[in-house]
Amino acid sequence: MKVAIINFPGTNCERDTQYAFEKLGYKTEIIWHKEESINADLIVLPGGFSHGDYLRTAAIAKFSPIMKAVVVHAKKGGYILGICNGFQMLLELKLLDGAMNRNLSLSFISKYHHLKVVSADNKFLSCCKKDEILNIPIAHGEGNYYIDSYNLNKMYDKGQILLKYCDENGAYENPNGSVDAIAGICDKDKKIFGLMPHPERAIEAELGGVDGARVLKGFIC
Amino acid sequence: MKVVVNVKLKAGVLDPQGKAVEHALSSLGFEGVNSVRVGKQIVLDIDESDKDTLKKNVESMCEDLLANTVIEEYEIVL
Repeated sequence: MKVAIINFPGTNCERDTQYAFEKLGYKTEIIWHKEESINADLIVLPGGFSHGDYLRTAAIAKFSPIMKAVVVHAKKGGYILGICNGFQMLLELKLLDGAMNRNLSLSFISKYHHLKVVSADNKFLSCCKKDEILNIPIAHGEGNYYIDSYNLNKMYDKGQILLKYCDENGAYENPNGSVDAIAGICDKDKKIFGLMPHPERAIEAELGGVDGARVLKGFIC
Repeated sequence: MKVVVNVKLKAGVLDPQGKAVEHALSSLGFEGVNSVRVGKQIVLDIDESDKDTLKKNVESMCEDLLANTVIEEYEIVL
């Protein structure tokens, strides 16, 4: 299982992501955004501030040369995981539905947060159980996910809502104003997954938790 | 030629920045402000004198990069 992690100017989670996947037993490669080809089973768009996020989060990243290869991979049915800024990229590329807005509080939020697994019927969360509660850090200023109610209902029908923010008992708790407290979604074929929390930051007890490993090892568990 | 693009969140999409400004105005004692929406203005200087061509070009810029049309709308002022 080969994982390609794309590195944009402004990305700051590529090495954490590489460390996490390597530790779990995957082969990894970090690829600079100016490259034009990718040979991997899973492409990861990691967290950070691609191209500075100056206009809108992830708006400029979609024009990086590597993105043509990312889109080809997606069209061929390849797996893609977008974490935080990577999730924002998948929305800007329209590989996932919806858009990201500023956090309701306008504050940058950085803390551990509980999440409920809404659907585990996909490869990414195959190590998790439906309704399981995970504890994984979030760190973002624009994680307020928006989609209109018509398309939201379609996504529920197809099992595309994967993670929601909740408290430790599983009651929904919304840190950023996201529609329905949504933290992670996938496409209709369940090959492309975007989430705001950072599973790569919760893979060792020393980091404060290990629940992130359950999200990242879906392909090998 | 100078072109102004105004980008704002679509009606119905909650604007956290607008809400914050609204609260601030209210707490400063400014009365009668029913709502505030905050947008951004992008001013472009473009080497093109034909207005139709210019408008078409800027429309492409808005659709591709300057606005996220899922939640934002834009207005081009020539």
